[in-house]
Amino acid sequence: MISFENVSKRYPGGHEGVSGIDLHVESGEMVFLTGHSGAGKSTMLRLVALLERSTRGQVRVGGRNLSRLSRRLIPYHRREVGMIFQDHRLLHDRTIFDNVAMPLIVAGLSHGEVGRRVRAALDKVGLLQRERDYPVTLSGGEQQRVGIARAVVSRPPVVLADEPTGNLDPELSREIFTLFEQFNQVGVTLLIATHDLDLVKRMNRRTLVLKQGRLVGDNHRDFSPPLARH
Amino acid sequence: MTAGVIGISLALPGGLHLLLNNIQTLSGGWDASATISLYMRQDSTEAQVNAVAGQLSSRRDILNTRVISRDQALDEFRRLSGFAEVLETLDDNPLPMVLVVQPTASASSPEAAQALANELGAFPEVDFSQLDLQWLQRFQAITAIAGRMVWVLAALLCLAVLLIVVNTIRLEIQNRRAEIEITQLVGATDAFIRRPFIYIGFWYGLIGGTIGWLLIAVSLLLLEAPVARLTGLYNSGFQLSGMGLQNTAILLGCGVLLGIGGSWIAVGRHLSSGEPT
Repeated sequence: MISFENVSKRYPGGHEGVSGIDLHVESGEMVFLTGHSGAGKSTMLRLVALLERSTRGQVRVGGRNLSRLSRRLIPYHRREVGMIFQDHRLLHDRTIFDNVAMPLIVAGLSHGEVGRRVRAALDKVGLLQRERDYPVTLSGGEQQRVGIARAVVSRPPVVLADEPTGNLDPELSREIFTLFEQFNQVGVTLLIATHDLDLVKRMNRRTLVLKQGRLVGDNHRDFSPPLARH
Repeated sequence: MTAGVIGISLALPGGLHLLLNNIQTLSGGWDASATISLYMRQDSTEAQVNAVAGQLSSRRDILNTRVISRDQALDEFRRLSGFAEVLETLDDNPLPMVLVVQPTASASSPEAAQALANELGAFPEVDFSQLDLQWLQRFQAITAIAGRMVWVLAALLCLAVLLIVVNTIRLEIQNRRAEIEITQLVGATDAFIRRPFIYIGFWYGLIGGTIGWLLIAVSLLLLEAPVARLTGLYNSGFQLSGMGLQNTAILLGCGVLLGIGGSWIAVGRHLSSGEPT
């Protein structure tokens, strides 16, 4: 589903985000990406979401070669990739419903379909009662769940999460990770950057370790493709 | 604010253009009233002059003729010149008979009228002929220059309007930066992001154009009474012509086009600066 072939990303000024990454993630895998701050976790996610292009090597997502993807087609690629951020990236002047609806409205879905899918996603993260509220009235954990609902509302085959539990206490973090497991069970491929190592250990999933932009660890264990494909 | 500046920027060339149109309409009226004065020889008799008048009246390029007898000329001169006392001292009427020839509309162009004047001047009974069109030609040359200047001014002000819109939309984009970024993250196409700003540009252009139209309309209202008084003094039927449907459409169309164009440029610049590298 996601593959990196000798991928390097060098920023203007010479700093290397990642270098020489080779990686293959199967469809339906749930992979943790660990490492210190600045080790290149975010860069890898940004390359997959095509927020950045690699300076060398090729990134492929679902068979698409991202380095060859024209600018015009980038939006359609992003619709296939849900993104979750540490700072949630919600719009504070819009209701929770409207925030979650954004990917569907952008994709031009009908009004009824938008309402149905947004409510399903909010129900999934346990915030259906709050759809008319504004993000500021929610706790950090709830805001992150809105962010997650927005990332999965259009049912993308790939979901990326960049430090999704960075600001949450362990209890809330476990809840969030449990949500991710549920998505994974219905066939979503997840790539989650985190430095919550205790939790990662407990989840017992494939875990990659990045150090100074290089892939230095990959336990590649406990992977069996789920039966129910997305 | 932006709409107001757009309004003033559009009203200026629009109003000047209208003013110029009015002046050209006015001088067009003078053009059609071009007449040729034939000053007859002192020794020609009234009968001879009337014969010439009859002969000219039957020509196809002449609308009508009018004979001004020597006495009539003297009367007029006495009345208008203010030299009445001087004229009293003369024994004899020094003024010649004049035959005023009005060419038809088709023969009234400066060249045709001049040719006609030359031809009539060669008649044996005619001392000399005069076509007083030179001042009209000069006047038309001046209005042509003024017209060109209005176009240059209009081009510059349109450019100014475009820059104002670009800048306003740029600020609007800055205000909605977070929103744009997030919609791009969830897969919004350029067209989707551009659309609301195009609408904003459209409304700025339309409202700006309307303000411009109102400014011109109010100026015309203010000018109407003094112009009527002036034309009344000249005994002219001239009437100040308003914006009309076509000019209104052009004004609003320009505003809308510049509004949309400015937004398009501003959004395009923002989008190309946000491409993944």
